[in-house]
Amino acid sequence: MDLTLQVWRQASRTADGKFVTYEAKGISPDASFLEMLDVVNEELTERNEQPIHFEHDCREGICGSCGMMINGVAHGPIGGTATCQLHMRHFKDGDNIRVEPWRARAFPIIKDLIVDRSPLDQIIQAGGYISVNTGSAIEANTLLIPKAVQERSMDAAECIQCGACVAQCPNGAAQLFTSAKVSHLGLLPQGQPERYDRVVRMVEVMEEHFGSCTMFGECEAVCPKEISIDFIARMNRDYLAAKFRTRKSEAGAT
Amino acid sequence: MTLDSKSPPGPIDKKWEYAKAHYKLVNPANKRKYDVIVVGAGLAGAAAAASMAELGYNVQCFVYHDSPRRAHSIAAQGGINAAKNYQNDGDSIYRLFYDTVKGGDYRSRESNVYRLAQLSVNIIDQAVAQGVPFAREYGGLLENRSFGGVQVSRTFYARGQTGQQLLLGAFQALERQIGLGRVKMYPRHEMLDVVLVDGQAKGIVTRNLVTGTITSYAADAVVLATGGYANVFYLSTNAKASNATAIWRAYRRGAYFANPCYTQIHPTCIPQSGDFQSKLTLMSESLRNDGRIWVPKVAGDARRPDQIPESERDYYLERKYPSFGNLAPRDIASRGAKEVCDEGRGVGPGGRGVYLDFADAIKRLGRSVIEERYGNLFDMYADITAENPYETPMRIYPAPHYTMGGLWVDYNLMSTIPGLYVGGEANFSDHGANRLGASALMQGLADGYFVLPVTIGDYLAGQLGKKVSADGAEFKQTQAEVEQRIGKLVGAKGKRSVDSFHKELGNIMWERCGMARTAEGLKSAIADIRVLRDQYWRDVRVLGTNEEPNQALERAGRVADFFDLGELMCIDALAREESAGGHFRVEYQTADGEAKRNDDDFLYASAWQFKGDNAAPELHKEALVYEEVKLATRSYK
Repeated sequence: MDLTLQVWRQASRTADGKFVTYEAKGISPDASFLEMLDVVNEELTERNEQPIHFEHDCREGICGSCGMMINGVAHGPIGGTATCQLHMRHFKDGDNIRVEPWRARAFPIIKDLIVDRSPLDQIIQAGGYISVNTGSAIEANTLLIPKAVQERSMDAAECIQCGACVAQCPNGAAQLFTSAKVSHLGLLPQGQPERYDRVVRMVEVMEEHFGSCTMFGECEAVCPKEISIDFIARMNRDYLAAKFRTRKSEAGAT
Repeated sequence: MTLDSKSPPGPIDKKWEYAKAHYKLVNPANKRKYDVIVVGAGLAGAAAAASMAELGYNVQCFVYHDSPRRAHSIAAQGGINAAKNYQNDGDSIYRLFYDTVKGGDYRSRESNVYRLAQLSVNIIDQAVAQGVPFAREYGGLLENRSFGGVQVSRTFYARGQTGQQLLLGAFQALERQIGLGRVKMYPRHEMLDVVLVDGQAKGIVTRNLVTGTITSYAADAVVLATGGYANVFYLSTNAKASNATAIWRAYRRGAYFANPCYTQIHPTCIPQSGDFQSKLTLMSESLRNDGRIWVPKVAGDARRPDQIPESERDYYLERKYPSFGNLAPRDIASRGAKEVCDEGRGVGPGGRGVYLDFADAIKRLGRSVIEERYGNLFDMYADITAENPYETPMRIYPAPHYTMGGLWVDYNLMSTIPGLYVGGEANFSDHGANRLGASALMQGLADGYFVLPVTIGDYLAGQLGKKVSADGAEFKQTQAEVEQRIGKLVGAKGKRSVDSFHKELGNIMWERCGMARTAEGLKSAIADIRVLRDQYWRDVRVLGTNEEPNQALERAGRVADFFDLGELMCIDALAREESAGGHFRVEYQTADGEAKRNDDDFLYASAWQFKGDNAAPELHKEALVYEEVKLATRSYK
């Protein structure tokens, strides 16, 4: 199939960017979106033009490296899919496709379609873990976890930290990402001791970098792992509970 | 130099205890005076960096990704082995040890493998404590599944994303230490060389992938946890960026490279569909618990699978290996697929595929059970092939997946360069000539959480007051060499893209150093690689400069090292005149086509020493001594 691409090209964080039009010819419908870009890049190299830079690695939809706005939608038109698992059979011969980097103030452009997503790691550093040093764990089966709880926790833990939720959100909010980690750990018995501290610390760092959530729900619609916005409600409840707890303890109550 | 494995004395089940009791220790107040560099943050690297920081060392951790959580460990699907014996099916530490030695076709070091089996139980405890949501039974206890090459259920899993969840556990432990200021993280930094001062590893040289800046970092010890080299084949199940540069640079500085020819070709991957293909996708081995592998009995049978009656199907693994059936080890299952396809009985485009059929399992268990067990794998298969595996059998074919070879390390995971440690897939230590499924995660985490943080103290204790500065002459010299090499790649200004060369190299390796190898094929491969490599340095086209993000330049350096490594793999495969595990030499097979080992002449690990660009590498042999397991011909019949 033959396609026309308009791709955002920007040499560096500070350089001016612009859309450049490329023809992608003879693309197999079985190729992934990134493999289509590989073909374009080989041709660009042939013509002595620098290839389009985009982030990618596992190409199995699990590492979270890849991601771009495809016709205005994070990871493209097919739900529950990362860009690397989007196949060209979902497009029509002759289609025009607009390709842009993630759009969010918290994610400055590094080059072309590559952005800096490091604020997401900072949210994890603030509390997205269970404090257990190597060697001090108890025997695994002394802890009983109902299957339904474990499944729910796993639903949240599947997040691949790609940043699509932020890119699609009109507010550039990171609630879906943060709530997935808060819920993954907060649902489990191992996560209880730090549950309320964790949510407060993570939300504070999140708010330093990202916008506010006004429940558009766009994040859920583009999430390649189909993580539910119910987790945002859960995070908000925990956050509120944590704040009441702090107030109580400041007042000397137990 | 004779290779000393430093395996501790005493009975096999007391060796690790003995070693720990005799290591020199660094006192807690002194630990903060030591700097340790960790390169890579997959399971082994992230676990080691976090655990060493918890102990009090100053850790600097370098990854080429934007975040440590992107490491390719994240893509491991099926599970992690541990000798918990929760299923009461006769499992034990000894049995896991025995299965691993046998699965590796008796080419691994007993003491290391035993320690791995011992530590496996601690890994599960640690992961659960971190919040890894392993699959559970209705009663709330941990669930297990079976994997290839064994007859017990000892594999723990988290849906089809076990690697992801285990890596997130290690990643979160690492992020915690970063937040506490005990680990300094360097994302988007690629290690391009290791620096030796007086023969000891004292630092690294890196390129900042955003600015192109080349910088030296000094430390008291260096840990490489940079993964395997299956991308030498171009098409593999590895992530696109996975590469051998870190271990290859270390090899050139004096670390011996062990068993480079031991590569694992995984039996269940989605077949290649066209020239545009950039990678191959694995379908977890766990699918072989319920899927049955078959091809038509007659060559050239072009009927749809549902039109081929039961009596005209050949379930060749069940036929040839009745006691293990579809759960035969990976090397055997892969060769079986190649054999039937070579006979013209392969299915799908190009005849390079076999069926993995779930019809019986769906009939027996119901679709919902299969969906619960493998749903995400089935979805992934449907995404890629546009076929529905619930209705028509999957098509699968072997693909390069894992490399058992790697830098030679002793029992303490130290390479032949003092102060240079190697963990995870980057070393050669535990899997012999073939790795069993669900054992890579186990080894990466055992090395990272429990071995490296302990063994490194034994070395560091002797390094007090021997700090070096990154401004020293050795650093300046190494950095200059790195810069010169980059200049050569950018300056070649040739006509061909990096990828076009990589594909050609991959083809040579796959055809002649892949699933079946011959002396003649290997010799011609070595000659062809040399010609292609010369052409590469003259004719590669890397556009742009070093002083900017430049993905072609990143790849160019990695592919240059793949040429040299590919050559060494062929040299090693040629020298090993026997078949063992994943290394199948056509000249050495039994009457029924099984691998024929030669224990009289080849019961050793090959460790190659770099002798210069225009000199042949020198082979050193670590004799493998089997005190516990009796050498036998592997049989899965």
